[in-house]
Amino acid sequence: MPTRRLFIVMAAAASLLASSAAFSQEKSIVVASTTSTQDSGLFGHILPLFKKKTGIDVRVVSQGTGQALDTGRRGDADVVFVHAKRQEEKFVADGFGVRRYPVMYNDFILIGPKSNSAGINGTKDIVAALKIVKSNGAPFISRGDKSGTHAAELRLWNAAGIDITKDRGAWYKEIGQGMGAALNTASASNAYVLADRGTWLSFKNRGELVIAVEGDNRLFNQYGVMLVNPEKHKHVKKELGQAFVDWLISAEGQKAIADYKIDGQQLFFPNANAPGA
Amino acid sequence: MPENVSALQLVLAGDPALYAIVRLSLIVSLSAVLLAALVGLPFGAWLALSRFRGREGAIVILNALMGLPPVVVGLLVFLLLSRSGPLGSWGILFTPQAMIVAQTILIAPIIAALARQTIEDLWLEYRDELQAMNVGTLGSVVTLLWDGRFSLLTALLAGFGRAAAEVGAVIIVGGNIDGFTRTMTTAIALETSKGDLPLAIGLGMILIVIVVLVNAAAWGTRRFGERMAG
Amino acid sequence: MTMRPPLTNLPILLEDVSFVVRDVTILDRIDLMLTPGAPTVVIGPNGAGKTTLLRLAMGLIRPTSGRVTWGGRTDAPADRRAIVFQRPVMLRRSAEANLRYALAAADVPSTEHESRVRELLALVGLASLGGRPARKLSGGEQQRLALARALAKDPQVLFLDEPTASLDPAATQSVEDLIRDVAARGIKVVMSTHDLGEARRLAGDVVLMHRGRIVETNNATAFFSNPKTSEASRFVTGQLLV
Repeated sequence: MPTRRLFIVMAAAASLLASSAAFSQEKSIVVASTTSTQDSGLFGHILPLFKKKTGIDVRVVSQGTGQALDTGRRGDADVVFVHAKRQEEKFVADGFGVRRYPVMYNDFILIGPKSNSAGINGTKDIVAALKIVKSNGAPFISRGDKSGTHAAELRLWNAAGIDITKDRGAWYKEIGQGMGAALNTASASNAYVLADRGTWLSFKNRGELVIAVEGDNRLFNQYGVMLVNPEKHKHVKKELGQAFVDWLISAEGQKAIADYKIDGQQLFFPNANAPGA
Repeated sequence: MPENVSALQLVLAGDPALYAIVRLSLIVSLSAVLLAALVGLPFGAWLALSRFRGREGAIVILNALMGLPPVVVGLLVFLLLSRSGPLGSWGILFTPQAMIVAQTILIAPIIAALARQTIEDLWLEYRDELQAMNVGTLGSVVTLLWDGRFSLLTALLAGFGRAAAEVGAVIIVGGNIDGFTRTMTTAIALETSKGDLPLAIGLGMILIVIVVLVNAAAWGTRRFGERMAG
Repeated sequence: MTMRPPLTNLPILLEDVSFVVRDVTILDRIDLMLTPGAPTVVIGPNGAGKTTLLRLAMGLIRPTSGRVTWGGRTDAPADRRAIVFQRPVMLRRSAEANLRYALAAADVPSTEHESRVRELLALVGLASLGGRPARKLSGGEQQRLALARALAKDPQVLFLDEPTASLDPAATQSVEDLIRDVAARGIKVVMSTHDLGEARRLAGDVVLMHRGRIVETNNATAFFSNPKTSEASRFVTGQLLV
């Protein structure tokens, strides 16, 4: 009769919730990281190695750098792994992170159409190239999502003496989305876009896009990792989180990062021991 | 999932990562349907039978809530479940449970609103008989839910379809964590952002096939049940 | 049988009862007393107010003015009054399950359900159809099942609204036989019909209604042999009463 079935249904619902709760009983940490590390496939390569060694499940929530730091600030992650040195240092200074460790770098590249509409393909000076993009009004896609890549793009416009918040036209489009989405948009509209090399190398929908500008020192992109401060958020799994941080900067972790390649190209360059990184 | 393969190859090869994604999608969406039904069906039935000032307004609002944007629900649940939010001590943000909570909130109004309509129609038919048998409001609600169960399947299906198809809420509260909170839809979003459009489309087709299968099963149940119960 | 408080619903008294819906007067200052005995048959053309009269006497609706009392009380619980509507609605389950539902609704202990279900099905001649979905039964079978369901309450008074209106002669006969059985068990039957022949066959008392009023009340023999009003004599002689 109806009532009895209702109880069966309720019991089933309860056991479902309980069974999904069982997932979280394992040894695991949450890492807030950037879309570039996730989309490039780096985590897919290094996390199984870490798990094999320690038995710790690393759950990566990939967001823009700004959002990832916010996630750490709210205590929703145990470790933050991002690429925006100044913001990271502020994160630690504000007491949200215990200490910042440099891990690795990759570089940004300016992606643009094969047709070389702005005539900058193959040059090395990113600042000069951006000036030409602007003066030609060549279409440009900006992440516009307060990510590390977005912050780097704004720094480069600044270095070119262009106040992009004022000095923009219809050629400049902010999409407010991740790296992959920005590349998809650029691919669909043959526009220029600043990207990290890792995402670019693993990106499949390139269309007419090629690397326009690369190799400038100012395109350097440093990643840092921080344990969220257990004094701010008591529930932070400090032992497990610190184990992950320690592994990333250990010889073994650094080698794992260097070993990750797409089509024979290395994406990330470990530099945990480089002074000032 | 391995790189550079089509979704079809993954299905044919029985790729465990793909099956884990499909399994999680089903667990999350079906649990949400179950929980939303436990709340939505009695509430819809109660609204169908009750007469109070402002009832029309309540129905309009309930119907409007069917169109709740998943992103808004996701954000709301995110703020609730964040360690810095009121329910932070539960510690379930970025877990499947958080996704179930978000989807339950998303689809409970759909189930309640559709149930309200179904039950109200049935109530018009049954009211005289139930009153003549001195059946009270609670008993009437139980009877209407039971006798309307095959029609109510449609309401549950609408909820399931919405839950299985949405990405906005689960990606915010689940975090799209590989092997833990990655569902069909968040995987599709991820593959799209990686520019792997063929894999994204393949996953989309698998999702559509699953939704069609669930609908077919429900339709068969309904047909069978109607034949047996009249 | 369960022990029940010896509530008596009879006589049912309608005093100066009117029923108005949105300025339309359905019943206009009705006075009527229903007493134990042979069936009371309410006759009259469609729209005369027969159905509304039965619903008021059953207690399903309240009069706009005037009062209805059962055994002298206005608040007598309806648990020993039953009604079969003109188009009975069966629940979406088997015939037996419909009866079990009615028994449960009448607070009959579940240990008695099976025997009562058998008894009721046998009474209405549906013993072999108990497992069938109720809504798949024929019109006549559903009408008899509805009677069985009403009897599940073990009523003192049973209202039947046009119980044979949509049935063929054979089905009509079986339902009428059933009504005689029920009346013979001491249950007060109050039924409406617009079929003069049925009234002649079943009635102990006749109430003639026309346009929301009671035109004439009398015992059946007197009503049919010696109608007092012109409406009644026209109705009895088969003329149209419009």
